[in-house]
Amino acid sequence: MRALAAVFARELRLALRRPAEWAQAPVFYGVVVVLFALAAAPRDPALVALAPSVVWVGALLAALLGIERVFRGDLEDGNLEQLLLAPTPAPLLVASKIAAHWLLTALPLVAIGPLVGAALGLPANGCKLLFFTLLLGTPTLMLIGGFAGALTVGVPRAGLLLPILVLPLMTPVAIFAGGAVRAALQGLPAAAPLYFLAALLLLAATLLPWVAAAALRNALE
Amino acid sequence: MWLWFHRLASPPSFYRFAGILAPWLLAIGLTAIAAGFYGGLVLAPADYQQGDAFRIIYVHVPAAWLSLLGYSAMAVAAFVALVWRIKLAEAVVVASAPAGASFTALALATGMLWGKPMWGAYWVWDARLTSELVLLFLYLGVVALNSAFSDPRAGARACALLALVGAVNVPIVHYSVVWWNSLHQGATVFKPGGPSISPGMLWPLLTAAFGFTMFYAAVVLRRMQNELLIRERNSLWVRELVPVVAA
Amino acid sequence: MNPGFWAMGGYAVYVWPAYALGLAVLAWNWLVPEAHRRALLRRLDEDHEETRGIGT
Repeated sequence: MRALAAVFARELRLALRRPAEWAQAPVFYGVVVVLFALAAAPRDPALVALAPSVVWVGALLAALLGIERVFRGDLEDGNLEQLLLAPTPAPLLVASKIAAHWLLTALPLVAIGPLVGAALGLPANGCKLLFFTLLLGTPTLMLIGGFAGALTVGVPRAGLLLPILVLPLMTPVAIFAGGAVRAALQGLPAAAPLYFLAALLLLAATLLPWVAAAALRNALE
Repeated sequence: MWLWFHRLASPPSFYRFAGILAPWLLAIGLTAIAAGFYGGLVLAPADYQQGDAFRIIYVHVPAAWLSLLGYSAMAVAAFVALVWRIKLAEAVVVASAPAGASFTALALATGMLWGKPMWGAYWVWDARLTSELVLLFLYLGVVALNSAFSDPRAGARACALLALVGAVNVPIVHYSVVWWNSLHQGATVFKPGGPSISPGMLWPLLTAAFGFTMFYAAVVLRRMQNELLIRERNSLWVRELVPVVAA
Repeated sequence: MNPGFWAMGGYAVYVWPAYALGLAVLAWNWLVPEAHRRALLRRLDEDHEETRGIGT
């Protein structure tokens, strides 16, 4: 437990030293959405209908930005080997690294998302639902991204490879998140898609840290 | 039996075995495909509802079947490769991905050609189509990941992990779209193949599907042979083999 | 063949491209690994030739 807390705290400390780096994701997010709104016709009603998917796709892309850094820095400074040799099970350490990364890059997106929705003209209940879907969905995104980052940690230039690996795995999250917000906008109960999002998160949290740890081991062999 | 299996699983004897088997599978596969296509295009009667457009089924269904069979085989091989660290299973994973991707793309393309005259649009966001599309992306992800690694073994094992995660993902995508569509009431729902199929239409379909499967096996064996040659290029058996074949 | 066969009951523009694509995919699947194997064997032979020269 102490080892997990130490890994978690180390991540946060390292990130706080470089505020410009983890501020990239929210800024990127803002720019994407502004561009989207500017490219559409002013006061286009279609923009409101598309707002949930704009907010979600923006969050998806922003979440992908920093994902490569999660394990790559550790591989370069040798910290990764220590992580895998530590007595604490490696999957738990991987999970706590991903949790720290979520706190730093995704939590701001969760906070901004509903505001972005409101700016695009989404009504209040839609924004509320958007907040819950982001809260439940972004940890799943981070777990998937962490897995892909672990897979490609040994590859010299992961670049475009990472989105290719991550995006197909993220489709269920995008489907349910969009579905929940749309259901709320139509006045239908939105609990079911939220439960599905929670189920996806549980599934991802129980499986992916193990697979990611295996991928890291493979990269180091 | 076990001893036989072990002997076969060694790269040199597998290479030889695959070299003998692949041309036979290819010949059987192509013959069955030719028979299936002939039966489908010429002998089978036109469908009373879909007319002659239903004949696309003889390309579409075998391709779709292979896209699923190929992914299942790849996922099983991935599991075997990761748990028992068998080199041949790693080669199966790597060899399946490009072939599977091509048949998935074929299934999508022929599905679109069929969809246009039947339900008026090339593309509908239906569960089958969407999961097939995600399947294509997963196959391409495996291909891209493998080509990014310089060490073939590390690449194959990374691909195996990705294939396993993808195998969990595909049914989730399928059911999430089923559920998602049920929210949009009255969304276009279609059932390929229609309600039932007459024997005259069925036998060419089964023959073609059998032929495609044999063909696929031949292709995977060939690709596995290539993979083994690359991996073991400095071993004695490759050194002995190469001058004979290349001469 | 009678012209009715090639017309495919008016669906020729859909049926024939589907079969053409199918045959193209089959050809690609067999020819690409086959060509790769030829190239591989040739290259390996050259590589081995060099190292044999060093050995003797």
